[in-house]
Amino acid sequence: MTETIPYDDLLTRYEPVLGLEVHVELNTNSKMFCGCPTTFGGDPNTQVCPVCLGLPGSLPVINGKAVESAIRIGLALNCRIAQWCRMARKNYFYPDMTKNFQTSQYDEPIAFDGWVDVEVDGETYRVEIERAHMEEDAGKALHMGGATGRIHGADYSLIDYNRAGVPLIEIVTRPVRGAGAKAPEVARAYVAHLRDLLRALGVSDVRMEQGSLRCDANVSLMPIGSDVLGTRTETKNVNSLRSVERAIRYEMTRQAAILDGGARVKQETRHFHESDGTTSPGRSKEEAEDYRYFAEPDLMPIAPSREWVEELRATLPEPPAEHRRRLQTDWGFSDIDFGSIVSSGALGLVEATVAAGATPAAARKWWVTELARRANEAGVELDELPITPAQVAAVQGLVDAGKVNDKLARQVIEGVLAGEGEPAAVVAARGLAVVSDEGALTVAVDEVIAANPDVAAKIRDGKVAAAGALIGQVMKAMKGQADAGKVREMILAKLT
Amino acid sequence: MDPLLTKPAHELAALMADGALTSEDLTRACLARIEELNPTLNVFLSVDAEAALEAARGIDARRAAGEQLGPLAGIPVGVKDNFCTTDHPTTCGSRMLDGWIPPYDATVVARLRDAGLVIVGKTNMDEFAMGSSTETSFFGPTRNPWDPDRIPGGSGGGSAAAVASFMVPLAVGSDTGGSIRQPGSVTGTVGVKPTYGGVSRYGLVAMASSLDQPGPCARTALDAALLQQVIGGYDGHDSASINRPVADLAAAATAQDLAGLRVGVVTELGGEGYEPDVLARFTEAVDLLRAAGAEVVEVSCPAFRYALPAYYLIQPAELSSNLARFDGMRYGLRAGDDGVRSAEEVMNLTRDEGFGKEAKRRIIIGTYALSAGYYDAYYGSAQKVRSLIQADFDRAFESCDVLVSPTTPTVAFRIGERTADPMAMYMADLCTIPSNMAGNASASFPAGLSSDGLPVGLQVMAPPMEDARLYRVGGVVERALDERWGGPLLARLADKEIAR
Repeated sequence: MTETIPYDDLLTRYEPVLGLEVHVELNTNSKMFCGCPTTFGGDPNTQVCPVCLGLPGSLPVINGKAVESAIRIGLALNCRIAQWCRMARKNYFYPDMTKNFQTSQYDEPIAFDGWVDVEVDGETYRVEIERAHMEEDAGKALHMGGATGRIHGADYSLIDYNRAGVPLIEIVTRPVRGAGAKAPEVARAYVAHLRDLLRALGVSDVRMEQGSLRCDANVSLMPIGSDVLGTRTETKNVNSLRSVERAIRYEMTRQAAILDGGARVKQETRHFHESDGTTSPGRSKEEAEDYRYFAEPDLMPIAPSREWVEELRATLPEPPAEHRRRLQTDWGFSDIDFGSIVSSGALGLVEATVAAGATPAAARKWWVTELARRANEAGVELDELPITPAQVAAVQGLVDAGKVNDKLARQVIEGVLAGEGEPAAVVAARGLAVVSDEGALTVAVDEVIAANPDVAAKIRDGKVAAAGALIGQVMKAMKGQADAGKVREMILAKLT
Repeated sequence: MDPLLTKPAHELAALMADGALTSEDLTRACLARIEELNPTLNVFLSVDAEAALEAARGIDARRAAGEQLGPLAGIPVGVKDNFCTTDHPTTCGSRMLDGWIPPYDATVVARLRDAGLVIVGKTNMDEFAMGSSTETSFFGPTRNPWDPDRIPGGSGGGSAAAVASFMVPLAVGSDTGGSIRQPGSVTGTVGVKPTYGGVSRYGLVAMASSLDQPGPCARTALDAALLQQVIGGYDGHDSASINRPVADLAAAATAQDLAGLRVGVVTELGGEGYEPDVLARFTEAVDLLRAAGAEVVEVSCPAFRYALPAYYLIQPAELSSNLARFDGMRYGLRAGDDGVRSAEEVMNLTRDEGFGKEAKRRIIIGTYALSAGYYDAYYGSAQKVRSLIQADFDRAFESCDVLVSPTTPTVAFRIGERTADPMAMYMADLCTIPSNMAGNASASFPAGLSSDGLPVGLQVMAPPMEDARLYRVGGVVERALDERWGGPLLARLADKEIAR
């Protein structure tokens, strides 16, 4: 069992330093260097050609759209854009690499020296961006047999090269210091910020669960008062926002235990385990490979003109901070209400729901309460729930039209999440529509009044608040399929 | 030998256009010559007679139907075995790819087919184009038709020997440091390395990407020009491809004189280490240029002295990366896969068994040159030398239209003579390497025979995209030499019995 130190305890002695490497799969129609499609989930090895299979004699041709996306990402991260840069070969042997080198960028990234501001609990943290560079994805290896699902101990491995050559942007931060106890949350907020930004740019699907947004977290601890960076570990492929936070928190407690014991942290790659929130060692970086980078001779240098860069700058969405300010004003939310949207990661979803026709208040209510609760229960991110902003807006539309009440609407949402179809179809299939037939409702109201003469007497005496008890019974009798406001109206009309 | 076979491609094409010859008959004659000599010379690694005859009949039928065909339609052609072909194995002369049939055609191959040329087979080469003698081929050395105990040059010894021995009138090769020109020189044939980017590399199995360039092998300047016009020109699959129309090279090859042409003799490419006969033929060739109206001056390109060492860092560095993909995982040889060994072990065993000695030597040199801590001293410095060579060319081309030198310091050496001495082997490319380093156009044309009766070549170098100048000089030299020697040099070989 790996030893750890209680989180609050370690913070009295160590300052965490983070470095985040985020890989973003671009949503271009074709791959980085060939015309193969990039769609996710195709049958294995059906989206390949001589180029992405690295067959002898094949040559890469760069995807102009990918370069455009890279520049837009760089600009959105407040980076400088290289006037001239090259692709480079990163040489290492691995079966998921068709050429045994990855075409990437080395000392000449397309974008560099940027920053983003992220907010945690009302406080702003600046995360400095060292670079954003272009590269190609590798294939996907599936290790069969063996206990770990990793290459060591596997009986055999299958490789799907559909992903080989899909364009990636790697965004690397400078060391993030000074976040203290908030470090894991700052990391999470940073990744969430990137996700929202990339979505707004329209350059990626940013689905962490599908691997189109992947985060590697470098963590080290520095004794408080020292200025010497500690030895870092790199935790790979942390595949949800929640995992980013958990993995970093865990690494901090694990490294603190090692340092407290007078030992040294081993520089290595580690794997995060979703199940118990721990990390375990992967490849040791001490025997790290020498990647023998050199400029890719099969591709020409990339020299984006100033005019083009400025044209692309004009296509950028509003900067996130300004965007948030504008939305809060437009929607008329208090700081607390608006903050709850941001902190639950629902801003983009609420925005899309409003765009689909819901009022801001209704959109906020559904995402921040009902749906946030369900996401939490399911252990997934809000945007991973199988419901779209348009569907949420449709549910609210049913409420506004008096077809369902709030309670029924929750059941409609449950149905949509369960894959039962669009909201209207769920209402029909589950028979959830409110009863607007006054006859049935009048009978129910009369019965409840007759069965509760003492409550009825109180209402007649002017204690209107007592009506609640009767409304509840009527709703129960109607199996919830009645409009509570209407019921209240009818009860009061009969007794006052 | 069928006397038809000694005719240049453009004459054969004219006969076919006139209805005096069919591609099928010509192809049959070529196939018979290959059958006769291949056991001695080991020129072709694969020949598909049936497919070649069928392609030839197809061309004949189209011609009979009145279709307008290209100027080389119906001409048989040999293709170096590092161009991908869907109907022939593409081995690169290596055990690693023994029997591998690519699922796609190289652009050069596709253009040959589109132009109606008949691919008869694939020619032998040094393993993955590493060598100057075709001796590193896994499939055994190719022999020089002038003297089967001697090497035909390399790496494209097969393509040059195929043309020199009248097996085919045309062949295509690839030139990374001289692999078209040096074989051309020692076999008495024409070999052209076009401007880098002039002919698509797509489907050419890479040795050193920034240096590799496909080009034509032929017996006359005009034939080579016609072939370059077929295979050259822009290709969107090669990012280095130059998007400009191909110049009228055939017209240049038939130019009558060199009036007004400024020719620079490179002082660094001559003197010590060059065989006296090579220098004598070179001097005579320069005299011919002057006689044809050229103005000849001496130019100095001091950085050329460092071209060879710099080349032997850049080329191995790039190839160490290009050859990494041969690991037994997806195609070609797979060694040691017993169901127990790991993927890593199988990769290692495959590379150990699949690559020959020279390939391993260069992979190790290249890996070292790119290593952290050594990169600046080796690869980095070599790139600086490359810039200096380019600067020397730029300066020389300010005052000269073309530069000339011997193609290679010696005539064909004996098989086995240099296999134990890599440095001696590398010296064969001393004069040809600078043009690969700078990317300019360069060619070798026959310049006569040594006193032992072995061919000597004249190298002509032109600025990038000025390939036409090569053909202009080559055509004039060719006609003057024919006059002096009483006919084409290769005519001597036509009557000679080639045997070991």
